[in-house]
Amino acid sequence: MTFVPLTESERTSMLATLGLADTEALFDAVPADLRFPAIDIGPPLNEMEATAHVESLAAANRPASGIPFFLGAGAYRHFIPSAVGALMGRSEFSTSYTPYQPEVSQGTLQMSFEFQSLVCDLTGMDVTNASVYDGASAVAEGALMALRLTGRERVVVSAGVHPHYRQALDTYVRPRGVDVYTSQMAVRDGVLQEVGLLEALDEHTACCIVSQPTFFGEVRDVAHAVEAAHRVGALALEVYNPTSLGLLRPPGEWGVDIAAAEGQPLGIPLSFGGPYVGLLSCRRELVRQLPGRLVGMAKDGQGRRGFVLTLQAREQHIRREKATSNICTSQTLISLGVAAYLALLGPAGLREVAESCCRMARFAADRLGKIPGVEVITPRPFFHEFAVRTPLPADAVNRSLLERGIVGGYELGKSYPGLDDALLLCCTELTTRDQVDRLATALENIVG
Amino acid sequence: MSEGTAVPEDRRYTREHEWAISDGDLVIVGITDFAQHELGDVVYVELPKVGARVAAFKEFGVVESVKAASDLFSPVTGEIVVINEELGEHPEWVNESPYARGWMLRVRPDDVQELDQLLDAEAYRQLIGGAEAE
Repeated sequence: MTFVPLTESERTSMLATLGLADTEALFDAVPADLRFPAIDIGPPLNEMEATAHVESLAAANRPASGIPFFLGAGAYRHFIPSAVGALMGRSEFSTSYTPYQPEVSQGTLQMSFEFQSLVCDLTGMDVTNASVYDGASAVAEGALMALRLTGRERVVVSAGVHPHYRQALDTYVRPRGVDVYTSQMAVRDGVLQEVGLLEALDEHTACCIVSQPTFFGEVRDVAHAVEAAHRVGALALEVYNPTSLGLLRPPGEWGVDIAAAEGQPLGIPLSFGGPYVGLLSCRRELVRQLPGRLVGMAKDGQGRRGFVLTLQAREQHIRREKATSNICTSQTLISLGVAAYLALLGPAGLREVAESCCRMARFAADRLGKIPGVEVITPRPFFHEFAVRTPLPADAVNRSLLERGIVGGYELGKSYPGLDDALLLCCTELTTRDQVDRLATALENIVG
Repeated sequence: MSEGTAVPEDRRYTREHEWAISDGDLVIVGITDFAQHELGDVVYVELPKVGARVAAFKEFGVVESVKAASDLFSPVTGEIVVINEELGEHPEWVNESPYARGWMLRVRPDDVQELDQLLDAEAYRQLIGGAEAE
């Protein structure tokens, strides 16, 4: 289709035909307070001026790489081998147009198949789709699977699941009349404890959603939740941190039915929060209800190995409004980064990364816990994050840290009432002991 | 109508291409030879749970072929007593034997008279004859 610009004379002629004075008059029916507001953004700039302006705005950013950085809470700074970016930058992969035609899409299809296989290896799950948008939508789609599979209308979710994921879950399921029950987190005996999760499971519950590690970093025994869910005929959905699986028992071994995660820690930069990639896996028997693109390995007419989209009748291009989901899509390019990262590191490399993260977080918690007034409230063991309480409000502590050139932690009061004095801190393999020392010294000065 | 399309005289039909036949107290339900032919190779049949209620001309499941997914509509109102679990392993039976091994449900009808309101073989033959002529 040719792009035809709308000229002033065409505009005038159309308005004359309609008997209107100007374009604004078309929107008279919309109440004024609901209309797009006038925005004062100054006069137009040429490209050189605009570049200079945007550069001056960008200079206000504090890149995570240059300074001590302890923010995690769902988006994690890890080292990314250059080969990841080199592969993602190849022009053959730059379109993620749905590879309906296998005869011209073998590269993209094979890549997705390998991504799926790597995530299955990582999680111990039977099937993984070719990805969804992000961790939050993976959890929400997982819950929708459970609702369809059980025909029930209640979801029980741990308060230890990322608060943003729980918000997305609400958005997805509440309008369908689904009852979402969330457990409570409270500080008891000096540590964060969850109350009212397993007790809430009943015969109306479609699934129990738990996080490993929790949002607060704690590593738990997932088996209790799996058993309790299965006892009432509900499914168990585990939200996991993929890096942690270098060390921790994978979802498949806990016996969960559905596993969901944010894939960003696997080779994807923080980049202001996206685009990221959601990992969604399930047991083999549930595959008919797994939403989204799925690539299978097959043989062509001459017996040669090939890759094709499979079980497509689950999807909206076949089943339309009865599809397993009309609101998901695969993040093909980002999943390529994840596949490249996992393939480059291998199981041993991922374990090294996970160990480094965990070791540095333990070192940091030990160091900070010695500061008078600072309490580590995440129970041990934890993975690479832990929550601390200080005598000052968390936002004040963060501001003081930033003045000293340190990015502090996530202010837990934003998501958990009563935790306004708590920060969630994260260490990865990129965190150095020197940076932890600087954080500890700064905190001593701030709270002392 | 093509020569090979079977429309047995012993049962009744819906406009959505399901068949129904009395079997004692129960009614057996499946899809027609014409339907399986139009669908192509059936790869999956999604059936409701035993004990569930079905209503005449309302959806009770989905049949998937390599090229389409189609809703299944119940010919009668009643309670599902048995489903053909073997279709889980052998969806191809719907193609190979739509009127026998490819059956889908056994329903206890609320009112067996409902069957009489369905198309007979002759009416169904005319229906698909029209469809094929299009």
